[in-house]
Amino acid sequence: MSIQEIEEQIVNEFGQFDDWLDRYNYLIETGRTLPMIDPKYKTDSYLISGCQSRVWLYAHHEDDKLYFTADSDAVITKGIISLLIRVLDGQSTEDILQARLGFVDQIGLKEHLSPTRANGLVSMIKQIKLYALAYHTKNRQRKDQP
Amino acid sequence: MSFDVEQIRADFPILHQQVYHKPLVYLDNAATTQKPLAVIDALRDYYTTINSNIHRGVHYLSQQATLAFEETRQLVSEYVHARHGYEIIFTKGATESINLVASSFGREFVKPGDEIVISAMEHHANILPWQLMCAEKGATLRIIPFHVNGELIQEAYRDLLNDKTRLVAITHVSNALGTINPVREMIALAHEHGIPVLVDGAQAVPHLPVDVTEMDCDFYCFSAHKMYGPMGVGVLYGREEWLNKLPPYQSGGEMIRTVTFEKSTFGELPFKFEAGTPNVADILGFRETLLYLDRLGIDQIASHEESLMRYTLDQLRTIPEVRLVGDSPHRAGVISFLIGDVHPYDAGAVLDKLGFAVRTGHHCAQPIMDIYGIPGTIRISLGLYNTRDEVDSFTRAVKRVIEMFR
Repeated sequence: MSIQEIEEQIVNEFGQFDDWLDRYNYLIETGRTLPMIDPKYKTDSYLISGCQSRVWLYAHHEDDKLYFTADSDAVITKGIISLLIRVLDGQSTEDILQARLGFVDQIGLKEHLSPTRANGLVSMIKQIKLYALAYHTKNRQRKDQP
Repeated sequence: MSFDVEQIRADFPILHQQVYHKPLVYLDNAATTQKPLAVIDALRDYYTTINSNIHRGVHYLSQQATLAFEETRQLVSEYVHARHGYEIIFTKGATESINLVASSFGREFVKPGDEIVISAMEHHANILPWQLMCAEKGATLRIIPFHVNGELIQEAYRDLLNDKTRLVAITHVSNALGTINPVREMIALAHEHGIPVLVDGAQAVPHLPVDVTEMDCDFYCFSAHKMYGPMGVGVLYGREEWLNKLPPYQSGGEMIRTVTFEKSTFGELPFKFEAGTPNVADILGFRETLLYLDRLGIDQIASHEESLMRYTLDQLRTIPEVRLVGDSPHRAGVISFLIGDVHPYDAGAVLDKLGFAVRTGHHCAQPIMDIYGIPGTIRISLGLYNTRDEVDSFTRAVKRVIEMFR
């Protein structure tokens, strides 16, 4: 599925929730049940520090597609991470670079991406885009070579 | 005048609103306090009636604004019981006040090998200016540790003072733990060694009567916006002898006596430290704050808050999952705690949705969190307009958080 399609799927799923309480309960549940990152990557080298909650992110690259695993010490942050990864995991570097991720706003979680929250999510998205840009540029250079 | 919280709340328009369809409960007063209508009106009045530059104009508006500006300085000096009005310097906040002293004191009095003593419970604003100055001067920062209950270890402080110590900088009330430090005794001890003391009073002035003369501190810093005044105004109290010995911090208009291209001489106190056009509008707003606090009476405010603080602690202690971080019996303003093993960020996100303005995280005091080995805390901070009803609904909200993360 494309990024757009998965985003729409998530927006539809969240449409069933009546209020923030249901949304948060869903995030807490998701954040709790998902084992997300291999413990060997849960180290300072993979840490994206936010001032309120911390995020660990590991990315690997195969056939111009990027794959991610991540984790956080805060459960709600982890729940949102699982949504972001569901959307971006296994997508092409070009699609990741262009992704606007408007679904976060549409499902009523925009405030978690605001700078005052300082929870590592904004830095995580920035880091994902940086990985995509780096691999994208590297691939282009390889193709351009005679 | 009796202390009628409901009547007082009517003076604060911002409190009467709903967030996420829930009544707002504002418990983030240590970050900034709300402003009474008299202060908000004063800002508008200033721009609609006497806006002008001060100290230099011979015209009517300038004279009116200058009079009100200098009257504010006098009111500040009375609020903290300084000996003279000219010992009060206006800055843009407590942070700038501390930077002023660190910069000017450092330039004049600190040399390689010297030591500056601060405590382990300082706000970053009372760490970084000293850290930078020490790095520039080749001096060393020494740290007074604290007990697990959040009180400074006085024996360790005594041991840190020596003939290399140039200055001690400590907070009056901790912004993360709420501890009221025994500043008078600590100042007396430093003075036995001839060492001057700066006190960061940002979290003390809204809650306690402060008397800088009796305390005998050499510098005392605070911000207007944390005591119901406008943002962008800070105060540095400095003992006259010290202010005279320090070189200017910034330079420019307002602060000079004579200027030639070869050499300039600087003005008298307090103008020597007030370069450029000051924030007249907000300082005149601050004047209304001081008059307002004077009408309520700081003793009445302190006693209302102390009883509310005790009530809040009693309520929180009935919840087994609540773990207080910092538990000194001498405290004001702030309660820091954790709820079971719920991450403070998660708790804060839920409390926000329930209408509570609280702070979560390290509260700009990272070393404290490292000492306790925690990522941060949930912090509530009380103000003069908070009520027992608000505390009761907060206690219910904490129980709701526990349910959600069970």
